[in-house]
Amino acid sequence: MLRALLILIAFALPAALIAEEQVVLGLSKDRVAITANFDGSDILIFGAVKREQAIPDEPLHVIVTVAGPSKPLTVRRKEKRYGIWVNTDAVEVDAAPSFYAIATSGAWDEVISDTEDLRNHISISRAIRSVGAPMSVQDAQSFSDAVIRIRKENGLYQLLENTVALDQQTLFRTSIEMPSNLTEGEYTTRIFLTRGGKVISELDTAINVQKVGLEKFLFSLSREQPLVYGLLSLFIAIAAGWSASAAFRFLRLSN
Amino acid sequence: MQIYLPIAEVSVNAFLLLGLGGMVGILSGMFGVGGGFLMTPLLFFIGIPPAVAVATEANQIVASSFSGVLAHFRRKTVDFRMGTVLLIGGLIGAALGVMVFNYLRSMGQVDLLVRLCYVVFLGIIGALMFIESLNAIRKTKSGVAPKRKKHGWVHGLPFKMRFRTSGLYISVIPPLIVGVAVGILAAIMGVGGGFIMVPAMIYLLGMPTKVVIGTSLFQIIFVTAFTTLLHATTNYTVDMALAVLLLVGGVIGAQIGTRIGTRLKAEQLRILLAMLVLAVCGKLALDLLLMPAELYSIGAGGGH
Repeated sequence: MLRALLILIAFALPAALIAEEQVVLGLSKDRVAITANFDGSDILIFGAVKREQAIPDEPLHVIVTVAGPSKPLTVRRKEKRYGIWVNTDAVEVDAAPSFYAIATSGAWDEVISDTEDLRNHISISRAIRSVGAPMSVQDAQSFSDAVIRIRKENGLYQLLENTVALDQQTLFRTSIEMPSNLTEGEYTTRIFLTRGGKVISELDTAINVQKVGLEKFLFSLSREQPLVYGLLSLFIAIAAGWSASAAFRFLRLSN
Repeated sequence: MQIYLPIAEVSVNAFLLLGLGGMVGILSGMFGVGGGFLMTPLLFFIGIPPAVAVATEANQIVASSFSGVLAHFRRKTVDFRMGTVLLIGGLIGAALGVMVFNYLRSMGQVDLLVRLCYVVFLGIIGALMFIESLNAIRKTKSGVAPKRKKHGWVHGLPFKMRFRTSGLYISVIPPLIVGVAVGILAAIMGVGGGFIMVPAMIYLLGMPTKVVIGTSLFQIIFVTAFTTLLHATTNYTVDMALAVLLLVGGVIGAQIGTRIGTRLKAEQLRILLAMLVLAVCGKLALDLLLMPAELYSIGAGGGH
């Protein structure tokens, strides 16, 4: 009887700790439609912290991450061979998100400790999963660094410190800018509450990014019915060529 | 106005694409070339992935060649028999080219292959054209008409065939080889190959100049159409939205270009075209020779 009670307490205790402060979340939109004139999108992520007790002394911090679908990548490095620059070494990255943004309410070092980051895979370098480098490549790390560098330049990976506004340790909001070169898929959104570098609560949700209308039609046609797609492309080309020739002939005759 | 390209998965300015199509169209109308050799590198420069640029450009060339060939149909300056022989070679070449393209794509070397092809071919053609047109200008000044050789090694080969429109009785082997070579180039470089085929037809096969352009366009339509289908079914890299924007600009530009072209002298036109070809070649060569700003590149995984 006593043992059963202890087990019950042991299970209930961490749950109770997590439940002390909870995230209540809102999104300005939970789906992004890639239309023909899609030019990026801003998503407002806002919410509140629900708690039963008084606010603890240690300051509260909020981390918001948005991650695009993870795909395996091949990273290639150029070297000078026979006087020209050629791709030589290649390293496979098992999974790297196509988009990754982190917004925090303070400086990175204050917001989260290294061990908690390791456990939850929050920072950009930890969101990219293990690199299986071939034996011939010595510096595998430089390849995953290159992925981060290239994607940061393209605005696909963003570390936005001090961009989550936090009021009264209760209300928070941030805006994440999604660039125009997005890929389709489920964008996982995670919100972490931290105190003293420790994660005290976490909430996951998803933003759906989808091609719609003509974009979706063309993309799925090209994948599912490639022959029909190819023939349709040719038909358009020939029709355009013919009509241009006919139109200009008509103009010339009427002159 | 930004437009999101469904296959290339990048967002580009629609007017930029229309403008590019129009500019290249004007040039192609002026010089009687397809313009693929200019458009494909330009698409690389504005950030379209090379595989998509090559495949889509093939589709656009179908439109511009079709627009051009109609005029030649009316004037009866298309040698269908010669066109068909070239075409058979061309289809074989295109199939080989797409195979090489896909193999090198999985090796991560497609970018290098495409650029190398451009540098080599544009360099050779540009230089030859430049020298030839300089000579022509000098000769017209001194008043000596250029003579064409009537009999070469081409006339000693077997499998002879009569080509009435061209007034030729030659072996089918040289046109087949020319066709295969142009087909391979069409698939790898995303060009029609007119800039190779036209000189080959004049100097190698000895065809009369008036049927050369029409016949070359006739063959190019089918080879690039075949290439488009191959790229669409094996690589899924034909971007219809991109093609439509380019070809709308292109067909209009081509008609304007044709009118400008008639006001300039042939030698002047050729020397201008030669300089243009050499400029594109030089830019691409520099990219290969100078150290790139970013040594690393990201490709799709699982390609091994």
